[in-house]
Amino acid sequence: MEFFRDTNIDFLGKKWYFLAFSLVFSVAGVFSMLFWHGVPLSVDFRGGTLVYVKFASTPDEDQLRTTLQKAGLHNFRIQQLRSGGTNEELISLDQKETSEQSLDQGKLDIIKALAGNSSTGKTDLNNAGKGVILEALLKADPLHLGTDANTRYAAETDAIINYRNVTKGGVLNGFDELSAVTKPEIVAALRDGFSLSKFGVKNVEIVGPQVGKQLQNQAKLAVLYSLLGMLVYLGFRFEWIYGVAAVLTVFHDTLITVGAFSLTNKEISLTVIAAILTLIGYSNNDTIVVFDRIAENLKQLRREKLADVVNKSINQTLSRTILTAGLTFLTVLALYLFGGQVLHDFSFALVIGILIGTYSSIAVAAPILVAYQDWRAEKKGTKSIAVRAKA
Amino acid sequence: MNKTFGWKLGLILATLLVFAYGIFGIPKSLSPEGLLSAMHERIHLGLDLRGGTHLILQVQVKDAVNADSDRAIERLKDILRDQKITYTDVSKPDPQNAPEKVVIKGMTPDGTTALRNGVLEKMQEYDLTPGAENTWVLAMKPSLLGDLKKHAVTQAIETIRGRIDTLGVSEPVIQEHGLGEYQILVQLPGVDDPERVKAIIQSTAMLEIKQVLSGPYGSEQAALAANNGLLPPNAMIMPGKAAPGQSGDALYLVTRSSAVTGNDLRDAQAGQDRNGGPNVNFFLTNDGGKRFQAFTSSHIGENLGVVLDNRVQEVAVIRDTISDQGEISGTFTAQQTQDLAMILRSGALPASIHYLEERTVGPSLGADSIRAGVRAAIIGMAAVMFFMLVYYRGAGINADLALILNLLILLGFLGFSQATLTLPGIAGVILTIGMGVDSNVLIFERIREELRAGRTSAAAVEQGFARAWVTIVDTHVTTVVSAAILFIFGSGPVKGFAITLIFGLLANLFTAVFVSRVIFDWILSKKERGEALSI
Repeated sequence: MEFFRDTNIDFLGKKWYFLAFSLVFSVAGVFSMLFWHGVPLSVDFRGGTLVYVKFASTPDEDQLRTTLQKAGLHNFRIQQLRSGGTNEELISLDQKETSEQSLDQGKLDIIKALAGNSSTGKTDLNNAGKGVILEALLKADPLHLGTDANTRYAAETDAIINYRNVTKGGVLNGFDELSAVTKPEIVAALRDGFSLSKFGVKNVEIVGPQVGKQLQNQAKLAVLYSLLGMLVYLGFRFEWIYGVAAVLTVFHDTLITVGAFSLTNKEISLTVIAAILTLIGYSNNDTIVVFDRIAENLKQLRREKLADVVNKSINQTLSRTILTAGLTFLTVLALYLFGGQVLHDFSFALVIGILIGTYSSIAVAAPILVAYQDWRAEKKGTKSIAVRAKA
Repeated sequence: MNKTFGWKLGLILATLLVFAYGIFGIPKSLSPEGLLSAMHERIHLGLDLRGGTHLILQVQVKDAVNADSDRAIERLKDILRDQKITYTDVSKPDPQNAPEKVVIKGMTPDGTTALRNGVLEKMQEYDLTPGAENTWVLAMKPSLLGDLKKHAVTQAIETIRGRIDTLGVSEPVIQEHGLGEYQILVQLPGVDDPERVKAIIQSTAMLEIKQVLSGPYGSEQAALAANNGLLPPNAMIMPGKAAPGQSGDALYLVTRSSAVTGNDLRDAQAGQDRNGGPNVNFFLTNDGGKRFQAFTSSHIGENLGVVLDNRVQEVAVIRDTISDQGEISGTFTAQQTQDLAMILRSGALPASIHYLEERTVGPSLGADSIRAGVRAAIIGMAAVMFFMLVYYRGAGINADLALILNLLILLGFLGFSQATLTLPGIAGVILTIGMGVDSNVLIFERIREELRAGRTSAAAVEQGFARAWVTIVDTHVTTVVSAAILFIFGSGPVKGFAITLIFGLLANLFTAVFVSRVIFDWILSKKERGEALSI
């Protein structure tokens, strides 16, 4: 099977369309960053509290909002999670409500507000850890065990926790459910010692302002160094203009990807930065494949114009470019569709990034080379100087 | 031909075996469950997959500096007294921001030489410089200041490790974090309610035994009035347990200096007091025991107080000389006394601690993530392998074999290196599938081109590999560079992603270039001259 055979598309002839396309997307992204959503940052970077809650039944968001407001919380955001069942919500608090002195105050406030009236002073079994449950069982000793009480109750506790977390996905609906994994005496003891709320906390992230700033700086440095490393390597491998073209291309990709996050108001987290760095590497891959071909062809076709050589090189590598992009896109799409909640934004960045990265290696990087060469030729008044490559 | 072929095949099989060992070790059984549990033992899962608590805390190093400069003030006063130098005040002008600075005010000029000599002789770790308006500034030498701060962090790490070890958390990570910000990273796999652990880590549990001069008093005024409105030297007012028959804290007048402190403890155990209530028994070291003996023998009939975190916990009359043990009781639960005994055993923190970051991944989320990640990996891989088969036919099998081997080596690397597999790490594995197949595509496309140009199968394979090699090196180098930067700057899960990406790409060089080539050579050797290659 073969999709692209001996193609001869005049890519450089379409450079104005490409420019228009790139401009529309970059400008839209930049506008959104400046005037609309800004650059939405996750708690990783802006500091704050994020609590990921699973409810026993679909929660009423308006009611949830009033409950939190009544508890004295103001700058919060509620976001329903679409994947993995509809009873999951992300509740996040602003940095203002996350003080460095008592870092987890916001978390405790949220949990207290959610527990509401149902809290009877007893510990909530849905949010109790292993130690608490084990201690309660040891104290109540419903099975009247002797010397091996510790190990026996530890095993029972493990079974209960495993049932709650894995089988029930984090939330028990009633004490009776536990009969499936443990003895009736133990269920009775738990009923005595614990209350049961209608929610379970799956994940908590609390980042103080100091760490948020630190992580921001680190992310910026990582992106910067990564671009710099590329510039140096390509400058050393080819000529400096190749490095500049590749870095400009990658910058274009990053800008559009971040723009997409701003336009869709998705938050940029640590893992999204990891995705952006990956796409920097990937997009650069694509660009290098084309550049390598240009360098190879320039050695053989000394008399041809650079524009023709570039066009030819893009066409020769087109099949590979599209295939690899398609295959990588397949895997990333699998990640986006099936990878679960935590990787959702990460794979979103990659989905966008691979589309843009593939496009840009054809439509941005190569035209920059030609444009530079034309500009130099014009300045010197000569007709054409081939951009040489050392390879 | 056959001979070189032999060692190449041998090398591939050996690699296969070595990395299979990396993944599974020597499994107890070859059933799927046996293999899975063997894999579980070799490949470490990150906190985001197995659930647990991740904390970043900051050591308030100024506490340690303040403690040292407090002692310096006392020593300085000794010098001033010994040299009979008059002064109005010795104090720290800014303990918050400049805890290393002590200022001497209102000193007569004729004492200068004596002061200089005294400091030079007895306080070598401090510099004495003249300050504004007839003052002298005593500042800790920068080298000592740096050492003191560094030491506070190391000691805090040791103390925290001691405390966490006794909690029975498996494979905890406790290490310095960040670049010179006095931060400590604590990772506790399996801990899903961090409250108790956090309290235990943070607890200063500063134990002191002091002489109780008088008390209890209902208020500060009452305490002052009982002493003619003036505190005796070396005395301070401290809150403590309620007076008999009263509720709420009472105040006590205690000595500033302590007979013994938590540093003199040899052991502490949770136990029961005479009434059966939970208490903590402690035992002193030899040295501490001697001092305690001297103290108690000279204060028989007077009161001593057990002070915990600047609160008088217990007051008792010294009836006899006590050498090396004592008890702390109060309104404790059994759990509290166990924690307290443990904290006392682990020693005091050199400085207080602030939490900067807290992340808790519940085990249910970790399980969800593993399921989703593995599902995405299998679907992605199946899609890619299917496509390669359809598009390249015979050569597709070659690429698919290389891909499987690539994955095997990557997982084996993870098993050998003890690196942790995180959720973004699984994403890295999936990306490796997509990007790893790129090398094969590059080579295959080049071979097709060469075939179209009219070369023989053997020559086309030869040329295809040779020409694609340059490009493959270029692309791998740049991706490894960005992954390495990610590893340096990233933290936790992101580091895990960088590691799998780097390992995956390195393995890819071997599988896509070397292994694929061997397979091609083998196919070519089986073919008649001039027979077409399936690609």
